[in-house]
Amino acid sequence: MNTAVTIAGVTWKNPVTVASGTFGSGAEYAELVDLNALGAVTSKGVANVPWAGNPTPRIAETYGGMINAVGLQNPGIDVFAKRDIPFLKQYDTKIIVNVCGRSIEDYVEVVERLGEEPVDLLEINVSCPNVKEGGIAFGQDPKALSEITKAVKAAAKQSIIMKLSPNVTDITEMAKAAEAAGSDALSLINTITGMKIDVHRRRFAVANKTGGLSGPAIKPVAVRMVYQVAHAVKIPIIGMGGITCGEDAIEFIMAGATAVSVGTATFRDAEAPVRVVKEIEDYMRRYQVEDINDLRGCVE
Amino acid sequence: MGITKMTATILRQDVIANGIYSMVLSAEEIAACAKAGQFVNLYSRDGSRLLPRPISLCDIDPKAGTIRLVYRIAGKGTEEFSTYHAGDTIDVMGPLGNGFAKKEGSAVLMGGGIGIPPMLELAKELHSMGNVDVKVVLGYRDEVFLDTEFAEYSTVYYASEDGKHGVHGNVMDAIREYGITGDTIYACGPMPMLKAMKEYAVTNDIEAQLSFEERMACGIGACLACVCQSADVDEHSHVKNKRVCKDGPVFDAREVELS
Repeated sequence: MNTAVTIAGVTWKNPVTVASGTFGSGAEYAELVDLNALGAVTSKGVANVPWAGNPTPRIAETYGGMINAVGLQNPGIDVFAKRDIPFLKQYDTKIIVNVCGRSIEDYVEVVERLGEEPVDLLEINVSCPNVKEGGIAFGQDPKALSEITKAVKAAAKQSIIMKLSPNVTDITEMAKAAEAAGSDALSLINTITGMKIDVHRRRFAVANKTGGLSGPAIKPVAVRMVYQVAHAVKIPIIGMGGITCGEDAIEFIMAGATAVSVGTATFRDAEAPVRVVKEIEDYMRRYQVEDINDLRGCVE
Repeated sequence: MGITKMTATILRQDVIANGIYSMVLSAEEIAACAKAGQFVNLYSRDGSRLLPRPISLCDIDPKAGTIRLVYRIAGKGTEEFSTYHAGDTIDVMGPLGNGFAKKEGSAVLMGGGIGIPPMLELAKELHSMGNVDVKVVLGYRDEVFLDTEFAEYSTVYYASEDGKHGVHGNVMDAIREYGITGDTIYACGPMPMLKAMKEYAVTNDIEAQLSFEERMACGIGACLACVCQSADVDEHSHVKNKRVCKDGPVFDAREVELS
């Protein structure tokens, strides 16, 4: 039975990673689960300098999901490179670094810096709905996306994965723009912009007013977008959005994803990413699937 | 000091005041290493409520292998927990957070509302150290709970907003009324109370340990949902933020900014 998949020239032992921002750099979860069991670990977004993030409350639970507006708090690339990369290198798993910034120059600075580091792939966050500058601005306009993709690709030593926003009219336009500009793979979807109002206190449930909706509530949207993008581009897709179990992961793979990320589910069950790996194998045994790659895009 | 996620059996559950419940769990691994001021995550059975509910530890009995949680119904999740009975099981992870740093000398414990439960375990632990003079100030909105249980470990003072128990007002009013003071203050309660405590402690140059409450997701320091502002750049975050779930929930009054 083969569970290995290849994303932009990097082969993972299985198709499961964690969604950026839900897993820190793995240190906290390493006390509870075996990181060696994951195909890859995707770090929380890291910028050129430390970011303080948004005021609290930063999260609110919603039916079957949650809204977050953490605002990409991170310690900056210097600390990340010195502390978090050596930590992750102890494990037999691929390292994907999620990169965020406020300007193209910020992204390029981080990506250049990571060129000297032993990391496997760079995921470029152009789709965070919770930061006003950068982030979403690049992710909602094909021209801007193309420009930043080209700049990052030119500066990067590792292959790049542009992470797409679902908060657009036609995600295939964005996917095609990223592919044409040189992105080696795509991640989708980031969170869907949402809002929750506390009717008892008559105020917004998160301080930022709006936040990114994640969790099982968004899964059908994510599966649909992965399916559409898989038919629009040739580069591999890391699918995510509400995955909580192996069958959810298989659904994304059948829609056309090469690999998947488990995110919000980890807050409910720290074992979720590792359990998804095991449940994918269970599925493969049950239906006598020899190679996980045979399932990719099998619904037409 | 490992964190354990387990399915625990509920040994008993009682209503101890209007909307306030006391739940005792058989959770040997957690009871074996937990201490006052730490908390556990409780998980709803209903998957539509996917985030854990952080609940402070009101009593820890390592010999019996049990923990006691006293919580208020604050929403659908805690409402679900309140329907559970002895013999039912519940998923729980802990112990989480840092807990109080117990000091010798005289201690003043301040609990406001649902900030009272963790003070009971703290009073017990300080009492068992033998040489600590323990005073407890409990502030209620109206109905009292856990009040009689403190008497075994401490001298107890009361304040209530309706004036029916002790001083009419809040815990700060009781402190002034009775002239209560000590070497170390330990406090848990609503933010206005913690703010007043910080001011009082700074003005009088008394060490104060404040236990915070904030909305959390992971509970272990990974997601950065539950931060509070720190006075100085934090050595983990490299910004002026500390994680309430991991670096706290107990902070020295001098290391945090309250707004």
